[in-house]
Amino acid sequence: MRAKSSFKNWFNSGDPWIWLNAGAVSLSIIMVVGLVVLIMVRGLGHFWPSNVAAFDYIDDDGSVIALVGEFIDAEAVPRARLAVDDSRIPADIDIIDRRLVRIGNRDYTGFDYRWVLDAAVHNLSYPENIMAVERYEWGNFYGYLKAVKENGEVTDADPDWESFLRYIAESEKILGEIHHIEKNLIGAVNYEMERLRLRERGLALDNVAPGSPAYAEIETRRATLQEEYNGYTGRLTDLYEQLNRASFVAVLAGGQKAELPFSKVVRAYRPNAMGVTDKTVFYFEKLWEFVSGDPREANTEGGIFPAIFGTVLMVMIMAVLVTPFGVVAAVYLREYARQGPFTRLIRIAVNNLAGVPSVVYGVFGLGFFVYFLGGTIDELFFAESLPAPTFGTPGIMWASLTMALLTVPVVIVSTEEGLARVPRAIREGSMALGATKAETLWRTVLPMTASAMLTGLILAIARAAGEVAPLMLVGVVKLAPSMPLDGNFPFLHLDRKFMHLGFHIYDVGFQSPNVEAARPLVYATAFLLILIIIFLNLAAIKIRNSLREKYRAAEQN
Amino acid sequence: MSDVSTTSLLADFNSAEAQKHRYYRHLKDVALRYMMALGGISVIVAIVLIAFYLVYVVLPMFKPAHIEQVAGYPVPAGTGTGSLYYAMEEQREIGLRVTGGADAVFFNTADGSLVHRESLLQETRARVTAFAAGDPSQRLLALGLDDGSVLLAVHEYRVTYPDDVRVIHPGIDWPAGREPVGMDESGKAIAMIAAQYDEDQTTIAALTEDQRLLLLNMVEEESFLSDEAEITTTKSQIPVAGKVTFLLMDVEQRELYVAEQDGLISYYDISDKADPVLVQRVQAVSIPTEITSLSFLSGGISLLVGNSGGEIAQWFPVRDPENNYTLEQIRSFDPQSARITSIAPEYFRKGFLATDDAGYLGIYHATAQRTVELEKISDNRLMQLAVAPRANAMLVEDDTGSLQFWEIDNEHPEISWSSIWGKVWYESRDKSEYIWQSSSASSDFEPKFSLTPLVFGTLKAAFYAMLFAVPLAIMGAVYTAYFMSAVMRDIVKPTIEIMAALPTVILGFLAGLWFAPFVEQNMPGLFLCFLLLPLSVIIAAYCWSRLPDNLRHKIPEGWEAVVLLPVIIATGIVSFALSQPLEIAFFGGNMPLWLTDEIGITYDQRNSLVVGIAMGFAVIPIIFTICEDAVFGVPEHLTMGSLALGATPWQTAVRVVLLTASPGIFSAVMIGFGRAVGETMIVLMATGNTAIMDMNIFEGFRTLSANIAVEMPESEVDSTHYRILFLAALVLFLATFLFNTVAEVVRQRLRVKYSSL
Repeated sequence: MRAKSSFKNWFNSGDPWIWLNAGAVSLSIIMVVGLVVLIMVRGLGHFWPSNVAAFDYIDDDGSVIALVGEFIDAEAVPRARLAVDDSRIPADIDIIDRRLVRIGNRDYTGFDYRWVLDAAVHNLSYPENIMAVERYEWGNFYGYLKAVKENGEVTDADPDWESFLRYIAESEKILGEIHHIEKNLIGAVNYEMERLRLRERGLALDNVAPGSPAYAEIETRRATLQEEYNGYTGRLTDLYEQLNRASFVAVLAGGQKAELPFSKVVRAYRPNAMGVTDKTVFYFEKLWEFVSGDPREANTEGGIFPAIFGTVLMVMIMAVLVTPFGVVAAVYLREYARQGPFTRLIRIAVNNLAGVPSVVYGVFGLGFFVYFLGGTIDELFFAESLPAPTFGTPGIMWASLTMALLTVPVVIVSTEEGLARVPRAIREGSMALGATKAETLWRTVLPMTASAMLTGLILAIARAAGEVAPLMLVGVVKLAPSMPLDGNFPFLHLDRKFMHLGFHIYDVGFQSPNVEAARPLVYATAFLLILIIIFLNLAAIKIRNSLREKYRAAEQN
Repeated sequence: MSDVSTTSLLADFNSAEAQKHRYYRHLKDVALRYMMALGGISVIVAIVLIAFYLVYVVLPMFKPAHIEQVAGYPVPAGTGTGSLYYAMEEQREIGLRVTGGADAVFFNTADGSLVHRESLLQETRARVTAFAAGDPSQRLLALGLDDGSVLLAVHEYRVTYPDDVRVIHPGIDWPAGREPVGMDESGKAIAMIAAQYDEDQTTIAALTEDQRLLLLNMVEEESFLSDEAEITTTKSQIPVAGKVTFLLMDVEQRELYVAEQDGLISYYDISDKADPVLVQRVQAVSIPTEITSLSFLSGGISLLVGNSGGEIAQWFPVRDPENNYTLEQIRSFDPQSARITSIAPEYFRKGFLATDDAGYLGIYHATAQRTVELEKISDNRLMQLAVAPRANAMLVEDDTGSLQFWEIDNEHPEISWSSIWGKVWYESRDKSEYIWQSSSASSDFEPKFSLTPLVFGTLKAAFYAMLFAVPLAIMGAVYTAYFMSAVMRDIVKPTIEIMAALPTVILGFLAGLWFAPFVEQNMPGLFLCFLLLPLSVIIAAYCWSRLPDNLRHKIPEGWEAVVLLPVIIATGIVSFALSQPLEIAFFGGNMPLWLTDEIGITYDQRNSLVVGIAMGFAVIPIIFTICEDAVFGVPEHLTMGSLALGATPWQTAVRVVLLTASPGIFSAVMIGFGRAVGETMIVLMATGNTAIMDMNIFEGFRTLSANIAVEMPESEVDSTHYRILFLAALVLFLATFLFNTVAEVVRQRLRVKYSSL
């Protein structure tokens, strides 16, 4: 009785409500931390070489098949969810355990993931001689190494692992050389050829008579380039011949034999034979490949370097654009414009623009920058390449400009806040000593605001790095054939399309043909993006806090 | 101090050098002032430009059509036998006039000069007694002759480019041969005719002078044995009651419409050519008025009925639930002043032009129910009208024998207030609906641009997001600002700020790829979680208050949130662990299926619940931050006073703090709402993006922003679709601008209030 009434008292005191409010905070914190942890675990876990299991499996039709693969995921499902009534599971079990296995060998089995029922798995073992092969095509390969062939002849009927790895290293070297020739050397030749073609068209558009020396010059240059090109292709033929010489034979889980050329192998390893140290080394190798490599297999494998590069470059160009304009606008609003209803109105407008949906900026960027400005630039300066657009199509410059417009309110607001915090005494002191307004601004006020500007800039960068919707309209692509920055003059190609981390997540996660295979990489990309953004934001918060301390000190003096 | 020492310390203030320096400094000051003003104003202008540019792109959609007379000349080849028909080719350079004497006269539209003249009657001596044109895009001409036979001809244009200059060569072709096809065995003259043809078959309906309606169908089939085509002919006769005034056949050759005196229209199903069926006889115009013009809209589904009172109405067959078709009047258009003399449908859009006795020309769009232009263009009666295939020019003949060539600038007739926001009854639909369907695989498809389902979807998404975010954010903010200890606050606030900075693409991807399947599999657990969380918090709080004091004092006041962390995590784990047993016990082991089968609620994996939580997650920090500022800014003497008067902390929080800060909380909610309305990536990735209008929490939707992101890259520049996407962007812009402005004004007032307290 007493307890009851005391509960009533306690309830009436309003304490439960305070606790509920506290609960809201706790829940929010749990959600944020949980989300980051979830992404981290899923994203970083992918690179760990998990053991490859071999087991016998009773299939739907009762036949027993041998399977080899990595366990990726496990879940318990109510029986009703698995539509078919399965005789492999005892009737009295309501919740069925099943596991997702990556069986690889897509070119032999048709799909590289499958769910298996735990109840139907027998003779589970982890033999040491199973090898996992990452390939340039068709995803992972799992099997037992049998023989090595050269030119179709078996040269080593029982190869040891070391010599097998040497073959791979060899083909990797050749592949690197081929890549260098194709991408850099031939790429440069093609690029110059295209420029020559455009110059020729330009001459024709300028009504230069056909016999004039300018054409002859182009012809001679073209001939040299062609010769260079022929030289490269000759070397390529040799290299490809070398590359395709060696292959190896492996036995699949079902006993079927498969022959694979070494040229298709990215790396091979035997996870069950690896110790923790080996695995850790392997893990960091994979992590490095992810950060520094090019994507493979429709972006579902390999690295995301072009996306990182594109994001950074776009953000840098944006920062160069947004900082001066944002600062100038803020200084004008705070220091020069007469304070009144008009400036208040503008301030509200600027504040509100920070809340305008980003996709609206994308629409504006596409209509105004790309089609209107870009179209005009093309007509004026790039007439020779029309009708193929140069700037009249989405590209990194328009993306940066759109992003600059999107983030300029952030810089303005932050800089203005910084300007407002500079104590009046400091300004008046400077003026009293005879400095002009410009000098006061330049020598005392702006330096004091520098960290506020930096805060604004960092926030702007964080916003731009994470924004995707407008970029989808003004320049991002799923796979850019060439980077916006390369070794060909003029080095920075502002008209090119680029890849972006955020868009990469959207594209690989939702437009990819093989979502299951792509998922771990999406998590890893998301984790990288989150890491960048959290870092930027923490930096901004840190700077802002120290700034507040500084002014508090300045005001007290 | 002596003079000497002063001068040695200070340079001469008025020396030329010092003056120059001063002048230079002044110059720099002024220069910077102007530079700053210029830079500042240009940035502000750039920002304003966004709004103006959106409006600039959207406005042309609502402009009326512009028509301009380019040329006027006497009817080419003379008025002697009258005109039966006019047409133009694609480039609108060459016009065709069919004379009463069955001559095809091709003329230059710019000056009326003759280009080519050819008689349609080459192998016969009969006279023309009836004329009709097929579907305009097929350029078929059908002539009924006085010997009971009919002749089909096609006007064709061949384009060559000698010396890079376009030259168009007009000509006539005969799809069924130059010889007339016998229609009436008794050889009576044809009084009225209708015909259509395509690659497979040709159908002709003809009314003889003795009021027999004959139907002739010719199907061309290639025989297997020889290359020669075999023609199967089917004939039948249709009984008619009254005096026939118009005869029309649709381009698919399945329907025949016969207009009779007294405003009746008979609707025949002729899909079986041997056995035509009368489906319906309907009074299309009320008695004193008469049908004076009857034409198909492009596509051959809708009938346009013009009457002697100057009214035009659209009719088409509507299917009822029993699969029966009835001809119904769908809509009528702004009436003209006098008898409608001619209706010319546009070739590829659902627009049409109409002329009347008083010299007025009207340009309409059927589905948009819009009068794009209505203008008196002549003082005479307008007799004949033809529109160019691209609907950018027209030819008008008046009763004085003069022909006028007009240019038409009419880019976006399909857009009207009602077609964007209202329900529209589209062809082949059984009722008027809100539909967004901007493109499809087939070419003769009419885009459907109703923004209403998109706005509905946007608001639905925002509603569910707010449902989740508002309570959490406001409660969290009140606690953080008013109850939480300062140390913990320094940890919580940056965490929430980071929550705000999380890219929405990550939230969207998690929502779509992880959370949506998770919810589908653990639905009972999720709802249990919603139920148990507040309960467990209260129970934990009560238990805490019952704990011995020395244990309780280990954690100081203001750290309640930390105590609750394990409680909430444990509740979550318990709820989801109970999910499957509950599902098996109560929902047959599959709750989504149970919902669909037992309750009748459709379940999509990517649904509003998922979006609501994901987007709520994105909105919480925004509401939280502003709210927290407002609550934290409540002057301390108010709360102190309240506490001193004996109010409990909670009473103070609700009756003093919340009340004072309520405008700030309101503006926080507004800004959060604005953010939810404009959010793109989450809704794009976490819903199915189908434009349906249904409040069901387990179904998806399509929002304005996601729609823009999906369709903008593939829309053609300056097309209606492009502009309407700009309109969608403008709507978003204005909506968020409105929410944010209201919020901002409220906040500024609040700031003034706080400073006065």
